[in-house]
Amino acid sequence: MALTLDAMTGPDMSAFLRRSDDGRTSLDLLVTGARCAGCISKIEREMAGLAGVENARLNLSTGRLALGLRDANVDPGRIIAALGRLGYPATPYDPGAALVERDREGRRLILALAIAGFGSMNAMMFSVPVWAGLFDQELGPATRSMMMWLSAIVGAPCAIFAGMTFFRSAWRSLRAGRANMDVPISVGVILTLAISFSETILNGRDAYFDAAVSLLFLLLIGRWLDHVLRAKARSAAGDLLALQAPVACIVDAAGRERSIPLGDVQPGDLLRVRPGERIPVDAMLEDGEALLDNSLLTGESAPERVGPGQLCRAGAVNTSGLLTLRASARSEDSTLAAIARLVDAGAQSRSRYVQLADRAAALYVPVVHAAALATFAGGWALGLDPREALIRAVAVLIITCPCALGLAVPAVQVVASARLFRRGVLVKSGAALERLAEIDHVVFDKTGVLTEGRPALVGASPTIIALAAPLARASSHPMARAVARAAGEGPLATEVVEHTGLGVEGLIDGRRARLGRAAFVGVPTLRSGETELWFGFEGESKVRLQFSDVLRTDAGATIAALRARGITIEILSGDQSGAVGGVADAVGVASWRAGLMPEEKAGAIDNLAAKGRKVLMIGDGLNDAAALARAHAAIAPGTALAASQNAADLVLTGDALMAVVEAIDVARSARRRALENFGFAALYNLVAAPAAMIGLVNPFVAALAMSGSSLVVTLNALRVRAPR
Amino acid sequence: MNIIFLLAPFSVLLGLVAVGAFVWTLRSGQYDDVQGAAARILIDDVDPDAPDPGGGTDT
Repeated sequence: MALTLDAMTGPDMSAFLRRSDDGRTSLDLLVTGARCAGCISKIEREMAGLAGVENARLNLSTGRLALGLRDANVDPGRIIAALGRLGYPATPYDPGAALVERDREGRRLILALAIAGFGSMNAMMFSVPVWAGLFDQELGPATRSMMMWLSAIVGAPCAIFAGMTFFRSAWRSLRAGRANMDVPISVGVILTLAISFSETILNGRDAYFDAAVSLLFLLLIGRWLDHVLRAKARSAAGDLLALQAPVACIVDAAGRERSIPLGDVQPGDLLRVRPGERIPVDAMLEDGEALLDNSLLTGESAPERVGPGQLCRAGAVNTSGLLTLRASARSEDSTLAAIARLVDAGAQSRSRYVQLADRAAALYVPVVHAAALATFAGGWALGLDPREALIRAVAVLIITCPCALGLAVPAVQVVASARLFRRGVLVKSGAALERLAEIDHVVFDKTGVLTEGRPALVGASPTIIALAAPLARASSHPMARAVARAAGEGPLATEVVEHTGLGVEGLIDGRRARLGRAAFVGVPTLRSGETELWFGFEGESKVRLQFSDVLRTDAGATIAALRARGITIEILSGDQSGAVGGVADAVGVASWRAGLMPEEKAGAIDNLAAKGRKVLMIGDGLNDAAALARAHAAIAPGTALAASQNAADLVLTGDALMAVVEAIDVARSARRRALENFGFAALYNLVAAPAAMIGLVNPFVAALAMSGSSLVVTLNALRVRAPR
Repeated sequence: MNIIFLLAPFSVLLGLVAVGAFVWTLRSGQYDDVQGAAARILIDDVDPDAPDPGGGTDT
């Protein structure tokens, strides 16, 4: 089957159009490369000028382009092609229900934050005159009582509304038989409100309404930061996966190609897979012969040859020509999905990790509550009025309430994640940073991590590359692309015909030439490797172009830098021992194992963990996914399969492997800052709690101490080391 | 002194108006694309009545 380049136009993607109830049609696209005002105006103007497009709006923060369409007859493929011509590659994007749910949680938090902010300022407005009264300024008892009531009317409803997040979480935790940080917060706020009301009614001096609300305000800032961090990472991770295009191209009864979401593929559907694309679901090859790159599935770098009627596994990359396949499984039953389930099982074991903040809470809660109880009991026993003893006990609870503790970790993690995000490292959760800081052993996968994971031309002379380049540029085959990359910009061959699984043929300066397999080019050879191409003009001698998977340029430097930080290194690969040994020697790693099955990799990680090692796994393939999920921390490059990215804690969005070292440095620095913050909070409590016990704390001192300690902790968080 | 009975509720009311305004900005999606809003101000308006968009006349 011969295929001309003209036939390579995109398939029908109308399955991605969304119709709303009021008859409007819209399309969401994920656009890469838009960064400035010029990009916005260029994209929106061009899109609005297309036939059938009514409006276009680009969200620069998320890279999402929302298009309103006149009717459902607009071809999304045409819009994507138009964006491609402008220089912005785009993919259809399905927002899904998870996004809406996430948004709701964020809105509830920010509303609580707004109410708490309002409450703390306005309640404090009425507290200031009361504080003035504490320092013997003129304030009659009636005026003071009125101010306290006003403070109660404003502060109490705000505190109850803003505190709901904490009360609910505390209740859930108590019912599960544990005490998290929200328990002392809830107990503190509720007791404070109760004692303040009783003092107000009994014409007392100490009302802490403003303290209760501003405490919640400061804590909600920490909660909000934590939420923003997670939401941002999740949406960025989703975008990365959307770029891998969960799309399958099927051929319908009329012989037309249509692109449909991966989940809609049924067994028996006829699939088209272009060169360089992934096999979407497990499928049988209909005709011809396929050359599949299984490196993400098994780690093996040499392509596998598949004949008609044989199984092509989902996730393999087509390195031959255009393939026609018959789907034999649905997406969720395919090999990819089977391994993804394995990953879920592993990820659950990791959720047993207890975060720093929760460990601190486990220490903090009993100590503080015991201190408050001791204050009340001790004060009463030493002859204090029970009411006075109770006020002192509540003062202990307020002054030690974990503002600083609640901000200590989220503030540090937000700063660290933002720094890493700018350096092309996506942190999926705050806990991931904590675990990354602890690691002492790194396990690398070979293919796609230490190496580029794609064929590169080796040992060819520039003259030969320049001769073959015009033909190579016209082909989409990965090895031909490698030749085109090596040659750079230049002329294109004419009358190009691509022969599936064989090679390309065309005219270069009027001479007929062929680039492809040995037999196709006309070389009588018995041994035809999968990692070579032949090139020659008709009737002249032919030359061989050799390919291999080359080492990443910064692989050696990365490993040296990790060693310098006292981390031991190991390579576990599914590839053959010759290829793995070569790479291990080149980067100077003595400990390596080859030919491992996915379960063996996961088992090796478990063995290391059993010996007490904290392992960081770096891998991209499906064969690494289970190991990624089992490891103490895991990093996947952005080119990795969806399943591996899901299993990893951090995703590298850039090309440099050195980002791994930067991530470890920042994680360690963040951990130091977080521990310093805990140290500061402990020191502060050591001073403040005894002061409250002997009755030195009044509402004014409480307000000052609380905001002061929170400020110190936040400023310390900003000291997280920026990567070079 | 009586003025305080008017001013105190009034100041709380003002605060509530501010909260309401904030919630409105949130609901109307003004924080959905912060970078975009910063960049859009640099885009020139397309004025259909402009005589010649190409010819810049510096004075």
